[in-house]
Amino acid sequence: MKTSYMIGTVLVAAAAAVAAAAAISTSAGAAPERSSLTKVTLQLKWVTQAQFAGYYAAKAKGYYRQAGLDVRIKPGGPDIIPEQVVAGRQAEFGINWFSNQLAARDKGANLVNIGQVFTRSGLTLLTWKDTGLNTIAKLRGKKVANWLGGNEWEVFAALTKFGMDPTRNRGVTIVQQPFDMNFFLRRQVDAASAMTYNELAQVLEAKNSKTGKLYQPKDLNVIKMEAVGTGMLEDGIFVRGDWISDKANQATARKFLAASFKGWVYCRDHLRDCVKIVLANGPALPRGHQTWQMNEINALIWPAPKGIGIMDPKSYSRTVSISRRFKVVKKAPKGAFRTDLARAAVATLRRQGVDVTGKRWKKATIKLTAGGK
Amino acid sequence: MASSALAIPRRSARATAREHLGDLAVRAGTFVLVLAALWAGWEAYRWLWMREGWTRPFVVDETTMPRIHEIVGQLFERLQPGGPLLIELLFDAAIFTAKEAAVGFALGASVGFALGVVLAHSRLLQRGLLPYVIASQTVPILAVAPLVVVYLGSLNVPAWFSVSVISAYLTFFPVTINTLRGLHSADARAVELMRSYAAGRWSLLWKVRVPASLPYIFSALKVSATASVVGAIIGELPSSIQEGLGGAILNFNQYYTLDPASLWATNIIAALLGITFFIAVHLAERLVVRRAPENVA
Repeated sequence: MKTSYMIGTVLVAAAAAVAAAAAISTSAGAAPERSSLTKVTLQLKWVTQAQFAGYYAAKAKGYYRQAGLDVRIKPGGPDIIPEQVVAGRQAEFGINWFSNQLAARDKGANLVNIGQVFTRSGLTLLTWKDTGLNTIAKLRGKKVANWLGGNEWEVFAALTKFGMDPTRNRGVTIVQQPFDMNFFLRRQVDAASAMTYNELAQVLEAKNSKTGKLYQPKDLNVIKMEAVGTGMLEDGIFVRGDWISDKANQATARKFLAASFKGWVYCRDHLRDCVKIVLANGPALPRGHQTWQMNEINALIWPAPKGIGIMDPKSYSRTVSISRRFKVVKKAPKGAFRTDLARAAVATLRRQGVDVTGKRWKKATIKLTAGGK
Repeated sequence: MASSALAIPRRSARATAREHLGDLAVRAGTFVLVLAALWAGWEAYRWLWMREGWTRPFVVDETTMPRIHEIVGQLFERLQPGGPLLIELLFDAAIFTAKEAAVGFALGASVGFALGVVLAHSRLLQRGLLPYVIASQTVPILAVAPLVVVYLGSLNVPAWFSVSVISAYLTFFPVTINTLRGLHSADARAVELMRSYAAGRWSLLWKVRVPASLPYIFSALKVSATASVVGAIIGELPSSIQEGLGGAILNFNQYYTLDPASLWATNIIAALLGITFFIAVHLAERLVVRRAPENVA
């Protein structure tokens, strides 16, 4: 009789082991295909969404493959810091706001921007029209929300420009902002930070409980940091400095940039198709919201007067001076970016007859629906 | 005579079957009743708070507390035109997370049991190590998870395995503590009897101590089973894994203002996964403990 309990225990243990083994074997997935493609990884700033459409398009349209690259795209998340991932050699390429990369570099991480994809800032401050708070100056003494954690400098610079001291809560009260816009809809703050491509749409996709209809752009004041003159460079591509000093890696980077830029050009010229590619990679994403996002992201890239991805010196120095004012960086950055690889990539595309500036690009009009569906 | 002798057990078998059925009906009835009460409680709270406009502890409206039928209904909605139903999407995500959690649970339970056995046999080790075992659980998992991901990632371990390790971290502790306690719970007379037979440590362990500890170990495994699911969900966040329930929660959290029902629906599926794990351990317990010597003999 004693043995039967042992048998039972063994049976259960064996079943558990089999289940675990099955889990391991299925999770391991298909065996890696052998090919001559160069394997690289791209670490995104945030989860899959149209903000990164160009890279997904380059992969889906086979631009990376044609360039001899096998690119793995790693989505980001709340605990993922792209600078750490790239510095820790978990990815060759990373995407983040340029000021974040500067901060990491200032602390000793040898990271170099090789392509500044977004030419203008998408950050805005939202207020309700009926409050009359339509300028930064009028926010004196008010509650202003931001996500903080490295995303606050454009807003802080704007408030400072009008004599407030946001770092010490003098003249203005800074409130930590959650991911969603509920608190703004409830009017718990006077002004909230919003990216044109995400949070602004979230407000316009919500119902006004008084009218029963969606909120309209005319209900809001949208104060763009770009217009205030405190816009900073946002999404750019960076790599490790020691990695990019290698000639072979420079060739890989040039190919990566050219294919990625081509992906962004595709998204500019094929808005709806590109949204489809994003949705295929994020099956739980709401389509209407992503279509809005794609259109707004295009507006941050295009037109790109120098050609997509080439750093604009004026925007660079503005980003650096704001970063220094708020001690994001202690010393003036040196060698934090290079434009030679992006220039070469743009030249390659030009030779292929690709429009790399998008001078004639016109922003589409996207109608938002309830819930972003 | 022979036929009546056969007839009696048949009748009694039918009687016990009827009893079982009655028992099952009572259980099912209570289950439905409790579920209905919870549903009614939710709706009543919602209705009262909205009618009175109470704002404590929080404002109640369509966003903070969607209707239950809306949450359930959301499971059968398509998020994208032509895309899968939410429940199909979440089912796939749950399977993905279940794999991570199962590996984590197996890993955590084995390590936990082994550690418990080792600690039970050496007072010195117990004194030396137990404080650290306890300390390990006071460090929040949210702090540990990114470290595990970064460290294992640098060893080129697949991302899902890092998630399993995080899940194992939440699993092993109750198992260790209860194994330790369970091994000491063996009847002193049985231990003495075995010693008088000159039984070695090994046979004492397997023939007396482990069987005695099984009820303790299984209560720990039940706690661990649900914890392993929680660990897997949390572990997905710093691991760039979007295919599991953690990824789904992060995504729907982002769009909560627009679509609160999807996040609640995801929570329901996550809870169901935890319950499934619990039931699996419960069934295993019935299989093993029923056969344990003290219950069989």
